[in-house]
Amino acid sequence: MAREKSSKGNAQALFHSLRSAYAATPVNLKIIDLYVGFAVFTALIQVVYMASVGSFPFNSFLSGVLSCVGTAVLAVCLRIQVNKENKEFKDLPPERAFADFVLCNLVLHLVIMNFLG
Amino acid sequence: MARSLAGFLVLLLVVSICEGASLFQPISDSHRSAALELFTPDHGSFKSLEETYEALRTFQILGIEKKPDVTAAACHSISETVGSSSSSPKDLFYALKANSIAECKIHEKASKDIISSLNAAVRGASSLLDFYYSVGGLVLIKGQSSEADIHLADADGVFRSVKAFSQSDGRWRYSSNNPESSAFAAGIALETLSGIVSLASSELDQSLINTLMNDISKLFDSIEKYDDGTLYFNDKLVDGHEYQGPLSTASSVLRGLTAFAAVTTGNLNLPEDKILGLAKFFLGIGVPGDAKDFFYQIDALACLESNRVSIPLILSLPSTVLSLTKKDSLKVRVTTVFGSNAPPLTVKLVGGSSSGSKDASLVESQELKFDQGSGLHTLNDLPKSIDVGSYTFVFEVVLQEPEDGKVYVTESQTKVPIFITGLIKIENSEIVILDSDLGSIESQKKLDLAGKNAASLSANHLQKLRLSFQLSTPRGRAFKPHQAFLKLRHESKVEHIFVVGNSGKQFEIVLNFLGLVEKFFYLTGKYDMELTVGDAAMENSLLVAIGHIELDLPEAPEKAPRPPPQPVDPYSRYGPKAEITHIFRAPEKRPPQELSLAFLGLTILPLLGFLIGLLRLGVNMKNFPTKPVPATFAVLFHVGIGAVLLLYVFFWLKLDLFQTLKVLGFLGVFLVFVGHGTLSHLAAASAKLKSA
Repeated sequence: MAREKSSKGNAQALFHSLRSAYAATPVNLKIIDLYVGFAVFTALIQVVYMASVGSFPFNSFLSGVLSCVGTAVLAVCLRIQVNKENKEFKDLPPERAFADFVLCNLVLHLVIMNFLG
Repeated sequence: MARSLAGFLVLLLVVSICEGASLFQPISDSHRSAALELFTPDHGSFKSLEETYEALRTFQILGIEKKPDVTAAACHSISETVGSSSSSPKDLFYALKANSIAECKIHEKASKDIISSLNAAVRGASSLLDFYYSVGGLVLIKGQSSEADIHLADADGVFRSVKAFSQSDGRWRYSSNNPESSAFAAGIALETLSGIVSLASSELDQSLINTLMNDISKLFDSIEKYDDGTLYFNDKLVDGHEYQGPLSTASSVLRGLTAFAAVTTGNLNLPEDKILGLAKFFLGIGVPGDAKDFFYQIDALACLESNRVSIPLILSLPSTVLSLTKKDSLKVRVTTVFGSNAPPLTVKLVGGSSSGSKDASLVESQELKFDQGSGLHTLNDLPKSIDVGSYTFVFEVVLQEPEDGKVYVTESQTKVPIFITGLIKIENSEIVILDSDLGSIESQKKLDLAGKNAASLSANHLQKLRLSFQLSTPRGRAFKPHQAFLKLRHESKVEHIFVVGNSGKQFEIVLNFLGLVEKFFYLTGKYDMELTVGDAAMENSLLVAIGHIELDLPEAPEKAPRPPPQPVDPYSRYGPKAEITHIFRAPEKRPPQELSLAFLGLTILPLLGFLIGLLRLGVNMKNFPTKPVPATFAVLFHVGIGAVLLLYVFFWLKLDLFQTLKVLGFLGVFLVFVGHGTLSHLAAASAKLKSA
């Protein structure tokens, strides 16, 4: 009983510390995180739809899900490159990273649109 | 069915008998109807004057009424030719020939022009055909115009120049530089020379005319012969264009001969059988299918019908198949080649023998009775010695007035194939099952082969079956038919056919089942029996079902031959198969539209969530450049990205990849340019901020 309480309390404390730590992140990173969450959520909704009605135009399903997943991945890459605390990408200007992000997204979406059918 | 079989076999027999026994029919109405069909003008007129003349002459000879539209068209072309001063002698010749039948009026001036141009043509003629057309034209116009005096200048010289083309073998050449000679040219030359004689007979030397008679007899020496006794003239085939077949050659020679005989007084000593042979040649053609051949045949026969040499008389029979049952009488007709009446004569039947046998004649010589009304010579009762079968009768024709013998010519003895049919008596027909060893009769059934039978017998393999009957002719003699078969057919359609042999009148067949077990493939069961007795001379040929027999045969051993497979109904194997209807793939089940639209709405939700989150985070546009140049760059950058995304939408909706890539190329280059501008400006701004 006490252990439960303590574990619950531990979880709550963990959760609170995470929240406060996260609040410290810069705004632009938060925007990127929000974008990733949006992309993943959209993918999830598509998977639920496919699960309910069947995968008949499978190519459409794949292109939809992969578009979301691909853009999420690219956003994560962008976040890594833009994060000032990341020593590896110190010399890379964030604008350059953003340009890469835009270009890769455009190419991804061209392929997705071709596969959509 | 037996009757048509008899008729067909008679035809075969008539054709196959080639020992001079053949039948020729004179010209009849079938020729007249064929002429009307063959000589039909194209839109009322014929292709050339020659064809016009041929059609008119054929109709005239056959006695077909002149059709007014044909005559009018003929007159039109005749007057055109006659009126034109540039017509060649050949055109004038045929126009005048046609006019002699169509009888259109020719103006006096026109006829004067014709006469002078033809005279000029005679003077300038160098080849046989030139002489032919010009002299022939003059002869024709003499008969048609009112000009009394048509004078042929230098008739003697013209005669000699035409005669110069002749050769020693009776043939003639066409011109002095062409060495080829033909009998066709001989006919043309004779016509030309008779024309010269008729125009100016007083000026000509009689000895010249007499030499022509020698030429004619030499020409007739070169006559050729077919097996059935017909005679014809033929030229060697040298050049395809110039070759005239036997029909036109013989026709031309006959025309020349009769024209010459008409103008001379002397006696042409031609053997009579040659005229008869030629008559038979022309009659033997039947009804030609070509207009030109038809004209040659009819024109030649018209020459034979009335001429000064000799008129052939043809013996023909309206029917060569006689029935003893109907008591047909033998009817014979003797006419000219066109079917007109012959002078008084008697027809005698001098002999008759079975075809194919060289026995002596079965009939004695007897005269046929002449009936004035029908023009037939009849023998009412066939001699008792004539039974069913095929015979060759020999007839003799004798002219009653000896004077007629100088004018007419007949064949001395004419052989004609005759076929006699009759009812064959079938008697004493019975079918018997015998015990093999003892020969004793187990069951016996009388058959009525003329009526229905339903004999029902049964036998096993140890017994024999015997079928017997007697055949006799109406005259009571023994008769062996062409077909006498017994057919046994099993239920499974396997058939066996046996020939029924005979000795004299008695026909009998014995089937010993012990020996036939293997032939019958050991098939036990019900066999239908069928008897066929048939012959061309038999008017009551029969194919009757006798009944059936239950045959009990032993079991087939291992190695026994199987019965042959029966023919499959070809339609079931090769006929059309059942139609295959294509089953299309069932379309996939799609979810209801409302569900799809609901999820579409759900998908928009995260986007809204994203936008709301952005607002909560406090995004702002403070970094947007204010100075005009960077500002345009920034705006264009956003516009460019928007344009690319719009292009993708169009790509999905209707463009194809290549068009998209093309536009994307342009947009991409633009985007790179402005993007670089914008981002480098932003980078410079943030670097300034950092350093500051």
